[in-house]
Amino acid sequence: MAEMMYWQAIRRAHDEEMARDAMVIAMGEDIGVLGGTYKATQGLYEKYGPERIVDTPISENSYTGVGIGASFLGVRPIIELMSVNFAWLALDQIVNSAVKVRYMSGGQLTAPVVIRSPGGTAHQLGSQHSARMESVFMGISGLRVVTPSNPRQAYGLLKSAVRCNDPVFINEHELMYNMKGDVPDDEYFCPLEGSEVARHGTDVSLFGYNISTQWNLRAAEILSTQYGIEAEVIDLFTLSPLDRAGIKATLSKTHKAVLVEEGEAPVGVGAAVMAIINEECFFELDAAPVRVSAKPVPIPYNHRLEKAAIPNPQDVVKAVLKMFGKA
Amino acid sequence: MSGIAHFPKRREKEQRGVLSVADENRLLREMLFARRYEERCYEAYMERKIGGFLHLYPGQEACAHGVLEAARPGHDYVITGYRDHVHAIKCGADPKAVMAELYGKETGSSKGRGGSMHIFDVAHRFMGGYALVGGPFPLAVGMAKAIKLKGGDEISICILGDAANNQGTFHESLNMAKLWELPVLFVCENNLYGIGTRIERSTSELDQYKRVCGYNIPAQQVDGQDLRVVYRAACEAVDYVRGGNGPYFLELLTYRFRGHSMSDSNVYRTKEEEKEWNKRDPVLILRDTLIEEGHLTVDEFNAMDREIINHIEDDIIKFAEESPEPPVEELEKYVLAENDPYVKGGPH
Repeated sequence: MAEMMYWQAIRRAHDEEMARDAMVIAMGEDIGVLGGTYKATQGLYEKYGPERIVDTPISENSYTGVGIGASFLGVRPIIELMSVNFAWLALDQIVNSAVKVRYMSGGQLTAPVVIRSPGGTAHQLGSQHSARMESVFMGISGLRVVTPSNPRQAYGLLKSAVRCNDPVFINEHELMYNMKGDVPDDEYFCPLEGSEVARHGTDVSLFGYNISTQWNLRAAEILSTQYGIEAEVIDLFTLSPLDRAGIKATLSKTHKAVLVEEGEAPVGVGAAVMAIINEECFFELDAAPVRVSAKPVPIPYNHRLEKAAIPNPQDVVKAVLKMFGKA
Repeated sequence: MSGIAHFPKRREKEQRGVLSVADENRLLREMLFARRYEERCYEAYMERKIGGFLHLYPGQEACAHGVLEAARPGHDYVITGYRDHVHAIKCGADPKAVMAELYGKETGSSKGRGGSMHIFDVAHRFMGGYALVGGPFPLAVGMAKAIKLKGGDEISICILGDAANNQGTFHESLNMAKLWELPVLFVCENNLYGIGTRIERSTSELDQYKRVCGYNIPAQQVDGQDLRVVYRAACEAVDYVRGGNGPYFLELLTYRFRGHSMSDSNVYRTKEEEKEWNKRDPVLILRDTLIEEGHLTVDEFNAMDREIINHIEDDIIKFAEESPEPPVEELEKYVLAENDPYVKGGPH
């Protein structure tokens, strides 16, 4: 085990996969000479050259399409969208080309591309640079959606995504690139379907992913030390498909669910998890599941307003206390 | 614009850009087949055997045949839009499988999951018909990127209509194709209409080849109704791209004889205009040239026509009619890869 930062883990996965297979390339804006806005490809331009670390023009839809077209012929592109907000522009190629080609060709053609992009609200980036798009992507059949909540997953999910024959969208987070964590020294592949118990508990299940898993871990500590409530933190690191078995397993133990996400509630991750809870373990429940989510606004610039729009660990604590009749 | 008048006399020795008599006779048969095939699709649609959207190719046959004859179908990668049946067949797709696809059958080229707009035959490197206007531009550039990485002598050929050039993907893709000097040939079949909107009403520069100048890509505009002209220009274009010189843009002036799709009321063009273009029927231009030059008789042509019509009816339509539907139990097949080990965290 070595401690490294989230961006270093992503960089390591790039490096290993590119060293292993000459057909693995990376594409994106400023990923080459500049080394990547979040350093995910730092130093790799020098190592692999401009044909494999491709600095693209600012043409998100078309360079994503170029990666998809290359994947038709066996290339394994890792496509970086500098910010998930720009993924709106690339939705046409992601959805209409990458995702549907296997089905509409009757299995003849596949697009094994990886599209990675940081989403989420960072520090006062304004409405057009604070989107959370995971719930958009998880509604698209044929696209795998994963979202690492720590450096180990950031490394292992990218490794698996590069080798998987399906298109995979990796939802990263602008605020997490400098997060530290242990990553195995040996090669490690994170499954593209599943969830993890990030903290064991018996009283309530806190469902989250990516940054909201970190909030939930903090909330669980507060609940344990100050209120004697032992929360189980479920990390949904694959959003499509969601881990039905994992959701069911934790609720047969805790019988209470709080769904925490940085996105807005309507048509959100929490809504999707709640539907699974209804379908799989309705009679296990001791209380109505509760969602903790963003306010339904474009993210404001003002720092106080921005903070008010996005949930935090205290909001999770409050939701749990309310559920337990302690607030 | 290159004209027919200046076309060189046929040479005895084989010369790149000039077709032999045997090849021209074969291509006449292929184009006539394409015409009759599409007309039969029209009938099958009217009989409600074919559903959804159906975009037919009559009038534009010299484009696909001239360009792909100049290239290496089955070796070069070809991608196009939704008016795709004839391109697929010219690349080597079985016309029976294409017809079965239109019928939505399991024996169809995409196992009934694609339909008219999504014909694929990857074994013959026909990389698909796509139904978002302009969508294939970046895919074609990406295939060229892959060819360059792998070091093959294939080229990527993107065949789309004039209306696609008003999409952002056109400009973005031309830019990257030239920036990276990729082996991609863009072919624009300019049939003057984007569905029902005439080019003057949608496009500020009518000559599509001129729009490419801004990307430093060589471009040419030629008559798309005369197979010889298309073939000669396409040979130049294909050789340029295969020679490692980067992308090329070839504009073919053409006309579709039918509406955009089957639901087209065709109110946007005049009978006079249609009549004028009907005089420039690519099948008849080639037929008359071959008859004039003494390489074909009217009787031979008519016999060939009857033979084609019978073949379509007796073999192709029969196959499509008699083929089974895809099983409903397999509705969710082909959404994702089956048993991919990395989904479970690797093969270990």
